[in-house]
Amino acid sequence: MSLASAAAMPIEMRARWFAIAVVLVAAVALPFVTSGYQTFQLSQVVVYAVALLGLNLLTGVNGQISLGHGAFFAIGGYAAAILIVKLHVPYAFAIPIAGVVCFVAGFLFGLPALRLGGLYLALATFALAMATPQLLKFKAFDAYTGGVQGLLLTKPQAPLGLPLTRDQWLYLLCLAFAAPLFWAASNLVHSRIGRALIAIRDHPIAAETMGVDAALYKTTTFGVSAAYTGVAGALMSLIVGFVSPDSFGLFLSLSFVVGIVVGGLASIPGVVVGAVFIEFIPNIADSIADVFGESAKAMPWAIYGLLLILIMYAAPSGAAGAGRKLVAAVARLRRA
Amino acid sequence: MFALTHQLLSGLAMGSIYACVALAIVMIYQATRLVNFAQGEMAMLSTYLAWAMIQAGVPYWAAFFLTVAISFVVGAAIERLVIRRFDGAPVLTVVIVFIGLLVIINSVAGWLFTYEIQTFDSPFPDTARFGAGYISPHEMGAIGVTLVMLALIYAFFRFTPLGLAMRAAAQNPVSARLVGISVGRMLAIGWGLAAAVGAVAGMMAAPIVYLDPNMMGGILLYGFAAALLGGIDNPWGAAAGGFLVGVLENLAGAYLVGSEIKLSVALAIIVGVLVAKPSGLFGRVVVTRV
Repeated sequence: MSLASAAAMPIEMRARWFAIAVVLVAAVALPFVTSGYQTFQLSQVVVYAVALLGLNLLTGVNGQISLGHGAFFAIGGYAAAILIVKLHVPYAFAIPIAGVVCFVAGFLFGLPALRLGGLYLALATFALAMATPQLLKFKAFDAYTGGVQGLLLTKPQAPLGLPLTRDQWLYLLCLAFAAPLFWAASNLVHSRIGRALIAIRDHPIAAETMGVDAALYKTTTFGVSAAYTGVAGALMSLIVGFVSPDSFGLFLSLSFVVGIVVGGLASIPGVVVGAVFIEFIPNIADSIADVFGESAKAMPWAIYGLLLILIMYAAPSGAAGAGRKLVAAVARLRRA
Repeated sequence: MFALTHQLLSGLAMGSIYACVALAIVMIYQATRLVNFAQGEMAMLSTYLAWAMIQAGVPYWAAFFLTVAISFVVGAAIERLVIRRFDGAPVLTVVIVFIGLLVIINSVAGWLFTYEIQTFDSPFPDTARFGAGYISPHEMGAIGVTLVMLALIYAFFRFTPLGLAMRAAAQNPVSARLVGISVGRMLAIGWGLAAAVGAVAGMMAAPIVYLDPNMMGGILLYGFAAALLGGIDNPWGAAAGGFLVGVLENLAGAYLVGSEIKLSVALAIIVGVLVAKPSGLFGRVVVTRV
C-alpha cells in the first residue's frame, strides 16, 4: 500500500490498520520474552482463538447454534494425529488436510442441520458433543485411534536449524496458520457472502426472497466453521503432543460457547478475548484452589456459568461490544 | 428367550426414568417453547439433596417426598429469578442461559459433594418375591413409581382447576390472561412441577447409575431422544417415547452395537427423528403463518 493511499484513508481505517500491525508485531515478538511454559499457553490461546473463530462464524454470524464444536476439534486433532503417526505425513501437510476432513464432516452434518431450526439444532449438536468421547473410544477404530489410550505425537523441532526452542517454533507455527485464517474470516464477513450470512441469521425468509440460497450458504458455513475448528484441533494435538478421547467431552464444546459469548457474538477480534479467557481462568482458579482446597477446582465452571447468564442479561455483545462502546466514548471526547 | 425378556424388562425400567425426564422437558416446552438443557443437572442436585438427608438419618420415603417438595420450590424460583428475565429473547440467548445454569449447577454439586462416585440405596427390597432373574426389585419399583406419578400428573391436569388453568396458560396465554389466569404464576408452577418430576427420575436412576455430578448426562440425552420420538408437544407421547427409547437402547446395546457407544444411539435417534419426522410419533404438525 502506497503512502498516498494510506494518507487518503479515513482516520478510523488508518487507526485499524495501525492496530492490526501493532498486534501482529507484538504477537510475533511475544515468545521471545516469555518462559517456555508461558509460550505453550500462548500457543493454546492462538489455537482456541482459531477454534472460536470457526464457531463464531457459524453461531454468531450465521445464527446456527452449535453446542458440539468440540466434535470437530476432536476430528481435526485425530485426523492430524493419525496422518502424522500412522501414515507418516509431514505435519505441515497434515494440518491443512485435517482442515479439509473437517470441512467435509461439517458439510455433511450441516445437511440434516438444514432441517433443524434454532432449538433443535442446539439439541442435535448437544447430543453430538456428548457422544464424541464414546465414538473415539469405539473398539472398531482402535487400530487408528489408539482407543482409550489415544495417540502420542513427537513435537516437531524448528526446521532449517533456526535458533528457536520447540515451544517458540510451535507458537509461531500456530500464528502462521491463524493469521491468514483471521484475514480470510474478516474478508468473508465483510463481503457480499458475509451480508448474506447475516441476513439468513436475522430473517431467513426475507433473505430467501432476496435471492439468497440459504441451504447452500448454511451448509457451506457449517463446513467452513468445522474446518476452522478442525485446523485448531490439529494444531492443538501438535502442541500438546497427545490426543485422547476424554479431552474432547461436552465441557470442551461448552467452553467454546463460553468463549464466543464472552468475546462477543459475531465479533472477530472478540474471539481473541474469549480465547484468553478460557485459557487462563482455569489457571487462576487452580491457584485459588491452593488456598481454598481442592473442591475450588470446580470454580471456573461456576464463574463461566454466572458470566454466561450475566452477559446475556446485561451486555449481550460481550467484550467486543464493551470495546466498541469505549472507542465511541473516546471519539466523542475528542470531538467535544 | 430368557436373555431377551431380561433385556426388554430392564429396558422398560431405564425407560421409566427416561420417561420422567422427557415429561419434565415437555412440560417446560409446552408452556414456553423452550428446551431446558439444565433439566438433568437440576435432577442431579435434587438427588444429592435426598442422599444428604438419607446420610443424616432421615428415612427414605420422608427424604423422597421432602426432596420432591424442595425441588418444586427451587424449580419455581429458578423460573422467577432467572428465566423470566429472558422472556421473549432470541433462541440463542435462552440456550446460552440454560447452558449457564447447567454448568453452574454441575460445578456447585462438585464443590459441595466432590466428584467422587457415591452409592445410593434403593428403597425396594434386595430379593424379589416374583419375577426373580428377569427384573430386579429396584427396576420394578422404578417402573411402579413412574406409573403412579404419571397417573397423578394426568389427574392433576385433567381434574383440578389449577391443572386446567395451566393448560389454558400454555395453550393461549393471551386469552388465559383475559379470563383472569396469572400466566406468570402458571409458568413458575410448571417449572416447579418439571423440577419435581426430574427429582423423581434422579432418585430412581441413582441406584442404577450411581451418584456423581455427571450422572444425568446420558439420561438427559435419552430424555431428549424420548421427548422428540414421542412428540415434544405431547406429554403422554413423551412418556411413551421414554419407555420405547429405554427398550431400544437396551436391545441395541445387547445385540447391535455394544454398550460402549450407547450415547451414539441417542444421537442417532435424535437426528433421525428430527430429520425424518420432526413432530415425533404422537406430536401434532405445527403450521405457522409467516
